[in-house]
Amino acid sequence: MSTPTLNPRLQEIVDDFNAMSGKDRLQLLLEFSQELPALPDRYAEHHDLLEPVPECQSPLFLAVEVEPDATVHLFFEAPPEAPTTRGFAGILHAGLDGLNADEVLATPGEFSSRLGLQDLVSPLRLRGMAAMLARIKRQIRDQRG
Amino acid sequence: MRLTVALPNDSAAKLQEYAHPEMIVTTEWVAEHLDDPGLVVAESDEDVLLYETGHIPGAVKLDWHTELNDPVTRDYVDGPGFARLMSDKGISRDTTLVLYGDRNNWWAAYALWVCSLFGHPDVRLMDGGRAKWIAEGRPLSTEEPKRPQTDYPVIDRDDTHIRAFQDQVLAHLGQPMIDVRSPGEYSGELLHMPDYPQEGALRGGHIPGAKSVPWARAAAEDATFRPRVELEAIYLGEAGLRTDDDVVVYCRIGERSSHTWFVLTHLLGFGHVRNYDGSWTEWGNTVRVPITRGDSP
Repeated sequence: MSTPTLNPRLQEIVDDFNAMSGKDRLQLLLEFSQELPALPDRYAEHHDLLEPVPECQSPLFLAVEVEPDATVHLFFEAPPEAPTTRGFAGILHAGLDGLNADEVLATPGEFSSRLGLQDLVSPLRLRGMAAMLARIKRQIRDQRG
Repeated sequence: MRLTVALPNDSAAKLQEYAHPEMIVTTEWVAEHLDDPGLVVAESDEDVLLYETGHIPGAVKLDWHTELNDPVTRDYVDGPGFARLMSDKGISRDTTLVLYGDRNNWWAAYALWVCSLFGHPDVRLMDGGRAKWIAEGRPLSTEEPKRPQTDYPVIDRDDTHIRAFQDQVLAHLGQPMIDVRSPGEYSGELLHMPDYPQEGALRGGHIPGAKSVPWARAAAEDATFRPRVELEAIYLGEAGLRTDDDVVVYCRIGERSSHTWFVLTHLLGFGHVRNYDGSWTEWGNTVRVPITRGDSP
């Protein structure tokens, strides 16, 4: 049985994580949390436009925009005191923002389990990332009608 | 052989009101004693990366998910596992262990409860946790301390006094029980989110007879524990508990209820409080156990 392929950007992130030892993986996750872009004003000032993700242990909000040419843009907000949740959002942003809607929809739901973080972060915490991805996909489908 | 002098208790006035003031210290006390031999400060957070963003200088990290749980069975580490963990962290049996963390010390209280299963002789919580330390502008460090490995003895875990299992909770029905989850979880409405991953329980509601006292009510705005008189108003007044009651506390997986266990046992002096760590993720999935829906016990 073959595993579904990831888009090249996500695959590179997965490869980077797996090339590292445990402690370095956590550091890389921390870097993704630091690189998560801040919300643009149109969302920062209108929090009601963001969708909450209660499956994350810490508060996380996201918004998805699909342009007419099907390019997807992702926006996340998570507080600095939730670096793991921010890190997951940072990975999804780095791996999916700017891709075509079909490419985002093709991302396997279990992709977060390929990062080699289960033992370091716990499956319970990783579930938050799967939930973010599920909500992103649902928003894309909703917006495309 | 190293001679360790036990660290003094914190004499801060607020703490003396509590039933067991030796179980809690202030941020001032930690700042003052940080370099004392015989003290290890450990941070325990909900977020597994928070420690890496900066922690109390010299503090070690103690992660509940990845370190205090058995990796396979749903249980805590066993005696040899706990001994290995403590030894790796540089903690001895005679160490004064001070725990602190995020979210009103929610996870730090959990770690303290697990340490109590192994009867660690001197373990304390830092009142106000991480939030208070930071709010006071105290220093943080990203440097990981290198504490020398110790030889922590293998101690059998004692599950008989402060831990409750499901069959014991069934036998306890009708006696004092506190559900410390949010009101929505208590009433059962929070499990109704179609199309979304659930929080691991097939049924919503609470254990019949359990009263609802959300855990965070014990914390003040600055994340410290409320003064004793306020805690008494909540638990003895509103909830109608007596300090000689046999009490079971629970939440979803036993973490938030560790916080309430600490409050009842060490701040209010209850003699017999057990934490049901199977909590709702066990009860709400078990065939044919009784469940109550709605806002009333």
